[in-house]
Amino acid sequence: MRARVYVTLKKSVFDPQGKTIHDALRSMGYSGVADVRQGKFFEVSLEGVSPDQAKATVEEIAHRILSNPVIESYRVEVEP
Amino acid sequence: MRIGVVTFPGSNSDHDAYHVVKHVCGQEARFVWHKETDLSGLDAVVLPGGFAYGDYLRTGAIARFSPVMQAVTAFAGKGGPVLGICNGFQILQEAGLLPGAMLRNRSVKFLSQPVHIRVERIDTPFTAGLATGDVLTMPIAHGEGNFYLPDDELDRIEGEGQVVFRYTTKDGRLEGAANPNGSARAIAGVCNEARNVVGLMPHPERASEPEVGSADGRKLFEALIGALQTA
Repeated sequence: MRARVYVTLKKSVFDPQGKTIHDALRSMGYSGVADVRQGKFFEVSLEGVSPDQAKATVEEIAHRILSNPVIESYRVEVEP
Repeated sequence: MRIGVVTFPGSNSDHDAYHVVKHVCGQEARFVWHKETDLSGLDAVVLPGGFAYGDYLRTGAIARFSPVMQAVTAFAGKGGPVLGICNGFQILQEAGLLPGAMLRNRSVKFLSQPVHIRVERIDTPFTAGLATGDVLTMPIAHGEGNFYLPDDELDRIEGEGQVVFRYTTKDGRLEGAANPNGSARAIAGVCNEARNVVGLMPHPERASEPEVGSADGRKLFEALIGALQTA
């Protein structure tokens, strides 16, 4: 079973990397791009657990280590 | 005095900190491997700079689960002085022992340069004996030193007197250009509410002898030794 974790900077947090990418896109001519935010994506493979257990485990992992609550939020999706 | 210097896999300033404690300040120093869990016999602990666990995931995020960190948390909880330098500061933030988190530098560049920091608080063991408003010169070397907290949390730590150092000009003025990484309110160092845990991004251990350009960093170590002697 696979779970996906998306970690993103909170909206209120300035993202220097996203801004640099956005500036680059504008200079490449993508004038319609209004903003870019960079985040992290994790694929977690699990064995011998139910979908509910997988979700609970990965939520815990995302909360404890994959994200820092001061600056980031996260979202977990479990693949059937 | 016996001061422990924690070595994580990827620490690179542990020997500098050890050198300053032992050879510059003439105190007993002991390396503490990150798998150790017993800090008994130590009067203070330094978490040095570097790139613990390669800073993979986030700066300090994995190191803060090293076995030694439970002992450091217990040591700090009993009032033991703990100093986090650069990566050590980031680890203390991840461990919840110090407020805030570090974003990438505003310029998105790794910065290695001397900076000036102004002493804001002298009621910590690492600034006791200095004067508020003193300006110290020491280097920074980091890619993620852009101190962040939401505004209401910034107000709270300022109200609690937890901002210990700010980036300023050489004569102690706050100025945009003097804040190298874009830190909120030019914060270079903070302490916990109990004041015994201090973290800063600049490197006092790399500025503790005139031969390396500045001996201002030594003042933090001398302050600690003085504070321990009078404690």
